[in-house]
Amino acid sequence: MDIVIIGLLLGGTYALMAMGLQLQYGVARIMNLANGEMLIAGAFGAFWFYLGTKASPLLALLFVIPLAFALNWAIYRVLILPLVRRAKSQGKLEVDSILATFGLSFIFIGIMVAVFGAQYTDYAYLSEPIFIFGERYGLNRVVAFLASAALCTGLYVWLHKTRAGLALRAVSVNPSAAGLVSINVARTSAFAFALGGAVTAAGGVLLSMYLTFDASYGVVFTLKALIIVILGGVGDIRGTIVAAFILGLAETAVATLIDPGLTLAAAYILFMIVLLVRPEGLFGRRTA
Amino acid sequence: MRRREFLKYSAVTALAAPFVRVAKADLPAIKVAVIGAKTGPLAPGAAVTHFPPYRLWAHEVNAGGGLKLKDGQHKVELIEYDDRTQPPEAIKAVERAATVDKVDWIGGLYATGFNLAAAPTFARLGYPQLTQACVTDQAPLIVKKYPGFFMFQASTTSYAKGAIGVLKKLKDGGQIGNKVAAVNVADDFGIELANKGRPLFKEAGFDIVYDKSYPLGAQDYTPVINAAKAANPDAFVAWSYPPDTFGLADAAKIQGLNVKAYYCAVGCAFQGFAQKNGAAAENILGAGGINDTPEIRAFYKRHKEVTNVDADYWGSPFYYAMLQVLAQSIEAVGSLDRMAIAAHFRNRKFKTLIGEVEMPGQILDKVYTVGQWQGGFFAAVAGQGFSDYAQVKLKTSWG
Amino acid sequence: MSTMAKTSAGGAGLRITAREARNLLAGALIVVAAGFVPLLFSGYVLQVAISIVMYTAFATSWLLFSGPTNYIALSTAAFFGIGMYVTAAGIDLAPYPVLILASGVAGALLAAVMGLATLRVSGVYFVIFSLGLAELVRQIMTWGQHVFGTMSGLYVTIDRSEPMYYWQLLLLAAVIFLVGWWIGRSRLGFALRIIGNDEVVAVHCGINTARAKVILFVISSTFASIVGALVAPRWGYVEPVVAFNPSLSFQVVIMALLGGTHRLWGPLLGVIPFTLLWELISIEFPDQTTLLLGVCFLLIVYVIPNGITGLVEDALSRRAGHGGPVGDTLSRGAHGVIGSVRTLLQGRKRHNA
Repeated sequence: MDIVIIGLLLGGTYALMAMGLQLQYGVARIMNLANGEMLIAGAFGAFWFYLGTKASPLLALLFVIPLAFALNWAIYRVLILPLVRRAKSQGKLEVDSILATFGLSFIFIGIMVAVFGAQYTDYAYLSEPIFIFGERYGLNRVVAFLASAALCTGLYVWLHKTRAGLALRAVSVNPSAAGLVSINVARTSAFAFALGGAVTAAGGVLLSMYLTFDASYGVVFTLKALIIVILGGVGDIRGTIVAAFILGLAETAVATLIDPGLTLAAAYILFMIVLLVRPEGLFGRRTA
Repeated sequence: MRRREFLKYSAVTALAAPFVRVAKADLPAIKVAVIGAKTGPLAPGAAVTHFPPYRLWAHEVNAGGGLKLKDGQHKVELIEYDDRTQPPEAIKAVERAATVDKVDWIGGLYATGFNLAAAPTFARLGYPQLTQACVTDQAPLIVKKYPGFFMFQASTTSYAKGAIGVLKKLKDGGQIGNKVAAVNVADDFGIELANKGRPLFKEAGFDIVYDKSYPLGAQDYTPVINAAKAANPDAFVAWSYPPDTFGLADAAKIQGLNVKAYYCAVGCAFQGFAQKNGAAAENILGAGGINDTPEIRAFYKRHKEVTNVDADYWGSPFYYAMLQVLAQSIEAVGSLDRMAIAAHFRNRKFKTLIGEVEMPGQILDKVYTVGQWQGGFFAAVAGQGFSDYAQVKLKTSWG
Repeated sequence: MSTMAKTSAGGAGLRITAREARNLLAGALIVVAAGFVPLLFSGYVLQVAISIVMYTAFATSWLLFSGPTNYIALSTAAFFGIGMYVTAAGIDLAPYPVLILASGVAGALLAAVMGLATLRVSGVYFVIFSLGLAELVRQIMTWGQHVFGTMSGLYVTIDRSEPMYYWQLLLLAAVIFLVGWWIGRSRLGFALRIIGNDEVVAVHCGINTARAKVILFVISSTFASIVGALVAPRWGYVEPVVAFNPSLSFQVVIMALLGGTHRLWGPLLGVIPFTLLWELISIEFPDQTTLLLGVCFLLIVYVIPNGITGLVEDALSRRAGHGGPVGDTLSRGAHGVIGSVRTLLQGRKRHNA
């Protein structure tokens, strides 16, 4: 029981950051390796806000989300779009965007080190126990989980109930066909990329409430988000959420039952199994 | 940019007395190379413990007019290099400092592996290697091999011994039971401490009821703490690194880990640890510690003012004391004859921030090995060579 | 040596053409000439030279796989670390040459496992897996160390002089070049080029694409492990966080890309300028190295996507095409840069219109 709840709490935060990458990779088709850095930037935003105001870091979402959205929109327009236009094929675009976002991740780290320093950063917020079924859990984790669940639900409803959300999903399924039904693919992709960045940064705000991080910590999260997206199936939000929980549960179970030293190995073994058994992911569409 | 570093650290004096500067031509500055990680996995630690003490030291030396050599006072110019957490880069930086920038002194590197990797290069280039961040049980062998290698530090075993000694005293005094839960970060120093600790625990009559490692950079320490808690220990020992030191304490507090002694190794001595955990940090044990004196308190204040970084309670004062030894030796020799300076390190007593120290056999004679948070100060409760330590207190609550 | 991407189809056979012989001879002369560096220089210059040969070995071995297949491997650090660890762990148990061999075998085994799991599916998965491999191997290694409670062998205590490291790495780089050359003219190389151009076509030609990729990946990774074994004594003390430093993988990729991935000698043209540029950056801007590394990365991706070899070839083909005056290659190269910037800008204009 303990394992399940801790695993779910962990999975909840994973879900949000993986949703961000899912939007960027599933819809905009950009494999963004600077995703983790965006997350850390969000965490720094919350840290800075909390130090300055002592108000709840959740309020930092109010400025982190729009800022991250604008920043990612700009990144897409300035850096990614030329690559999209230059690319002769999807494969070439993938290689180019991996390399470009990779370079971008270094630039982010460099800027964050210059602004916030290279040392470990954290702050204590709601670091007190809350009792669920008689067991103790961190209140900050529970709050982060609830906030993440609220954001995920909002996003899910938006994607499935609004016209704009429909357009996004259409582009995700088939960009060229979406173009035929008068969806502005370039605009929608930019929007998805920006939204993805904003969601990831929001994930960073939530994580910062209980995680000690430093400027170059992002790559860990990039990897986890990538594993989750592939595990769940590229282009499928439901899959991402389910996969995030699976990863959270698997890590907690391995840490508790086998050895905490093997959590990453557990994540990788999951990844390997999926690649071998079902490369399109749990909910993915099998392509030719 | 080294010119800027120089300007930054000599700026205060330069701006305060511009006329003096114009009137009297400055003697050439003493160039000191500071090589460490500004990027890569070791950068967060170096940003607190390695670079700032040098900056503070240079700032203060220059504020006082410089180091007094036979021909007058020389300012200190720091040249910083980034080794990007890669030993070959560190070796290259040493070569560059010596042969291209022709510096007068090269500071010891940051972290054990780097100091060991660069030792042959230091020796070949004729630079003594005065190190602080170099913790190893091979120290006697290394200093024998390299006569210019000095360690302002104790061995790994002495840290494990110190921690276990503190617990043994509590156990023998009947204050805690004999069940101990030990966890360690699956990384270099953590593994080494854990491996040294295991037989020492047995020797001291402890029963290890939980013994597991966890990976560096894990996100959730609740499972570790819960499993340790389930083993119902009297004492909890984590051979940990900074990010997990923080995470473990947080999880322990939330899970209400009910132990009378809680120890976490590296990172406990960071001021951020107490700031983050507040009252919960009270009576937590960790590696490092320092005796509470007015001079030390003043040092922490100056450190923050000058470098804008909070000094830690382990490496920082020793780093600073090491640089005091260097400054005293340079002034005593009266020139920049490196071999003479190194010779001066041996068998002499130096008055420093941490008291009177010497380096017999090229290794520092006294260190603090265990500290405990007591009223917002990380007081030393055990060590080697010092005469008095603070009284160990039991951990009664998580605040 | 330009056979890599040019003619020489599958059945080139064992005969060496006059042109190939000339290239081989030229290569051998360069290696011999490079061998004199430690006799002429020492200190800092030799250190930089060691860096250059080491990265040449890394980048060229990286190219063996990633060049023809277009799969970006970010696993150099993992294999390098493996080689280093095998050497460190066995230093008291076996003679050093045996350990070098063992390092290669360990790297090959790991590469085979990883290749079999990931190379049968899309390239993106491979990239992701390779990105995390160093971290994964590091965790398993350290976990193993904890379980078996051993620290022995982390000190690698063989004394070798700096010129010796240089020569060893130079020799290895030469071997990698030879292997690359041999692959280029073999059936395997031919198959890989088809895969790189269009994997679907390759499958229809009856090429076992997965097998070809795995073999290449194994060869490439083995060399990275051997580099680890060769430089382990130079590090003296091997610790996980340093041995598996992921930034190594990034640097190798960026150097190879700068040089260009279409020619076997491409990485060499990337390694030399990048190492020198990198030295300059570390000296002048020690606080901004990461930021500037990122900027270099972006510049290479956007401005010289085909690398320096691409620029050189553009210049050469233009000269041949127009039959114009013999302009110097560098200025032609600059034209290439301007051209690609122009293409980028024009692309934008067209879409905005």
